[in-house]
Amino acid sequence: MAVLEAKGIVKRFGGLTAVSEASLAAQGGRITALIGPNGAGKTTLFAVVAGFLEPDAGSVHFDGRDITGLAPPRICRLGLVRTFQIVQPFGALTVRENIAVGSHLHERARRKALAQAEKIARQVGMEAQLDMPAQGLTVAGRKRLELARALATQPKLLLLDEVMAGLTPTEVNEIVGVIRRIRDSGVTLLLIEHVMQAVMSLSDDVYVLNQGRIIAHGSPRDIASDPEVIQAYLGRRAVAHA
Amino acid sequence: MTRRSRFELAVLLGLGVFFLLVPQFVESRFWLGFWTTTLFFALLGQSWNVLGGYAGQMSFGHALFFGTGAYATAVMQVRFGLDAWTSAALGVGAGALVGAFTGAVTFRYGLRGSYFALVTLAFAEVFRALANSWEFTGSGFGMLIPMKAGAANLQFADRVSFYYVILLLVVLAYAVTWWLERSRFGAYLTAIRENEDAAQALGINPFRMKVAAITLSAAMAALAGIFYMQFYLFIDAGIAYGPGMSVNALLGPLIGGAGTVLGPLIGALALGGLSEVTSALLGQQPGVNLLAFGLLLLIILRFLPNGLMGLLHGRS
Amino acid sequence: MGAVYALVALGLALIYGVLHIINFAHGSLLMMALYATYFLFRLGGIDPYVSLLIVPPLFFALGYAMQRWVIQPIGHGKDTNVLLVTLAIAIILDNLALYLWTSTTRTIDVPYATNYVDVGVTAVALPRLIAFGAAVLIGILFWLLMSRTDLGRAIRAVARERQGAKIVGISVEHIFAMSFGIGAACVAIAACLLLPTFYVTPQVGHAFVLIAFTTVVLGGMGSFIGALLGGLILGVVEAFSGLFLGESLGQIGIYLIFILVLLFRPTGLFGQRMA
Repeated sequence: MAVLEAKGIVKRFGGLTAVSEASLAAQGGRITALIGPNGAGKTTLFAVVAGFLEPDAGSVHFDGRDITGLAPPRICRLGLVRTFQIVQPFGALTVRENIAVGSHLHERARRKALAQAEKIARQVGMEAQLDMPAQGLTVAGRKRLELARALATQPKLLLLDEVMAGLTPTEVNEIVGVIRRIRDSGVTLLLIEHVMQAVMSLSDDVYVLNQGRIIAHGSPRDIASDPEVIQAYLGRRAVAHA
Repeated sequence: MTRRSRFELAVLLGLGVFFLLVPQFVESRFWLGFWTTTLFFALLGQSWNVLGGYAGQMSFGHALFFGTGAYATAVMQVRFGLDAWTSAALGVGAGALVGAFTGAVTFRYGLRGSYFALVTLAFAEVFRALANSWEFTGSGFGMLIPMKAGAANLQFADRVSFYYVILLLVVLAYAVTWWLERSRFGAYLTAIRENEDAAQALGINPFRMKVAAITLSAAMAALAGIFYMQFYLFIDAGIAYGPGMSVNALLGPLIGGAGTVLGPLIGALALGGLSEVTSALLGQQPGVNLLAFGLLLLIILRFLPNGLMGLLHGRS
Repeated sequence: MGAVYALVALGLALIYGVLHIINFAHGSLLMMALYATYFLFRLGGIDPYVSLLIVPPLFFALGYAMQRWVIQPIGHGKDTNVLLVTLAIAIILDNLALYLWTSTTRTIDVPYATNYVDVGVTAVALPRLIAFGAAVLIGILFWLLMSRTDLGRAIRAVARERQGAKIVGISVEHIFAMSFGIGAACVAIAACLLLPTFYVTPQVGHAFVLIAFTTVVLGGMGSFIGALLGGLILGVVEAFSGLFLGESLGQIGIYLIFILVLLFRPTGLFGQRMA
C-alpha cells in the first residue's frame, strides 16, 4: 500500500526541464531510495513533493489524498516531512530548542516539547550536544540535527535529502542504524543518497533519476546490474566492460 | 526552570523592587522625570523587540504604531468626546489594527530584512504626511488634550502617579514578553527568525506567525503612545510618526540585547545614563545625545553584536 | 530636481549593485556635502560650481575610508548588520551636524540663481538646467567608466561574482571601497549642483534618503540606467503631486510608489531580483 504516489511530475525552470514525467511510489513501512548522478533533479523532485515548488504537471498523493500544490506547513501537518540537502539549522538556538520546534507541532506546552526533544536527541545519539548552539555543530552533527528535528514532528513519511553526505564511514554506519530503527517504529522513508553501500543495505526499493527522468526502478540488486544505470553514472564506456 | 531563566527572573524582580521604591528616595522632579522617561523607553523598546528581536523582522518605522496610539486616543477624546479610558482602549486597538494591516501587506508579499525595514519607514512617513495635512488630526498644529487632572481622565496632577502608571505598563509588557519567550508562539517566532524555510518544513506558517507578532508589537507601541499623549497632552505629526521615535524604539533593544526579555530595559538604562553623562560633559546641546547613542551603537555592533546581554551569556 | 534625484540614486544604486548593501547613510552624506559646499562658499567665497572640483574628490576619499574601515569590519558582512551600521553612521552624521551647526536653515545667494532660461514649454531656473546637463554628462562618464576602464570591469566583476573576482586576484575590499567612494562622490556632485537653488539643514538628508531608495527600487536594484531614469521620473512625479496635493502631501506620492513597487514589482523597471 503506497503511502506516497507521485505521478508524471514535470518541473521546468525557464528553459531548463529539471524533472520530466517522473513517477514514483513509496510503500508504507519500507525504505525507498532515490538515486542518480549530481544534477539529476532529485532535490527538485523532493521540493515538489513537499510543497516547496509547484509542479508544471503531474500530481502528488499522500495517504490517498491529493496534496499537489499545498503549502509546506500544511503538508508537514499531514505527516510528510523533509530535510534539506544544504542543512538549515536554527543557528542561534540550542540542539534541544531546535528539535523542540519540531515537537511543538503536536505538543503545545513548552516544557513537554523540550522533554520530547531530549528523547529524540537520545534516539539519534545526540544527548551530548543537547545544550550546544546549533551553529557550533559539525556538518555531521547538523545533518543529524536535521534528522532529529524532522523526526520530532512524528511524521508518517520522512524525506531525507543526502543525510549521509560528508560523513565518515563510522558515522554512516551509525546513521544507518538510526534510520533502520526509525523504519521499525513505523515511519515510511524516502531517501536521496549518494553513499552507495548505505543505499544498497538499507533500501527495499530504488528509483534511479537521470537528467530529470526515472530510468530504472527495482530492488537494489536489480539496479546495480542495470546497464542504463551504470551508463548514467559512469558513462558509455563502462557499460562495455560491465 | 533553567539557570538562565532563574537568573533573568531574579534580575527582573530585583529591578522591579528597585523601580517600585524609586519614588520613595527620589525627591527632585528632574530625577523622577528621568526614571519615568527611562521606563517609557523600556516599554517602547520592548514593543520593538517583540517584532525585531524575537521574530527577527527589524522595523525602521515603529513610530507608525506609537503615533497611531497617540493620535487615536487624542482624536477620540477631543473630536468625539469619549472618556479617556475608552479612548485608550480604542487607541491600543487602532495600533494593533495598523500593525496587522502593515504586516498583512508586507509579509504577504514576502518582504524581509532590509526591504521590510525600509517599507516600515515609508509607511511611517506616509502617515506623518497625512497627519500633518489632515485637519481632523490637527494638521500642522498637532493635537492638544485639555488638562483635566483626575484618574478618570487618565491625567494625574502629580508626576509620581504617572510614574507608577508607566511602571505598571512596563511590568505588563515584560510579563507578556517573558511568557512569549517560553511559549510555543515564541519558539515558532525564533525559528522563523533563524530560518524561515526550515520553519515551514516543520509545519510553521510564517505569515500567520509574523502577522501575530507585528500586531502584538504594534499594540505595545500604541500603549506607549497613549502614555506619551496623556503625559504630555500634546502631539504633532513629527513627534508621533517621525524618524526620531522610530530610532528611539530600536536603540534600546539593539544596545541592550535583541531577543531577550531584559535587553530593552538594560538598553534604556544604558542610554539614559549615557545621556546624563553627555549632558554633564557637553551641556544640553541639541543632537549631542543621539550622537553619543549612534557611537555607542557602532561600538556595540562591532564588539557585542548580541548587545549588552551578550556580556552576561558569553554568546557572540 | 529629477536630475539631482538621479545623481543621488545613481550613487546608491552603485553601492547596492556592487556591495549588495543598502546604504542608509546616503542622505546624511548628501547633507554633509551640502554643508561642505555651503561653508566653502560662505567662508572661502568659492562658487558651488567650482566646489565641484573640491568636494566630490573629498567625499570620494571619505566614502572610501568609511566603507573600508568602518562599514566592512563592523558589518561582518551580514545583510541586516550592515544596514544597522549605516543607520548608526546616519545617526552620528545627522546629529553631529545638528550639534555643530544647529538646525537653522541656511541658503546661499548666487547671482545666477534666479536666471531663467526659456526652454519653449516653460522657464527653467538656470541652475536646474545646469544640474540636468551635469547629470546627463555624469551618466555618460559613468557608463564610460564602467565599460571602458579596468576599474569599471573590476567593479562589474565584483558585482556579479564576488568569489570569482577574488580568485582572479581582484581585491574585493578595495573595489567595495572604491564603489562606495564613487557613490559618495556622486552624492557630493549632486550637492554642489543642488545648493544654489536649495537649502541645507541637518535634516535635509531625510527626505532624500527615501526618494533615493524609491528611485533605485523603481529603476530596478542594481541597474544604473534604471536609477537615472527613475530619478527623472520621480522628479516629475513629485512636481505633479506637489501641484495637486500641496507641499507635504506631494512627498506621499513618492513614498507610496516606493511601497507599491517593493510589494508588486521588486525588480523595478529594469533590474534583476536580488535573492
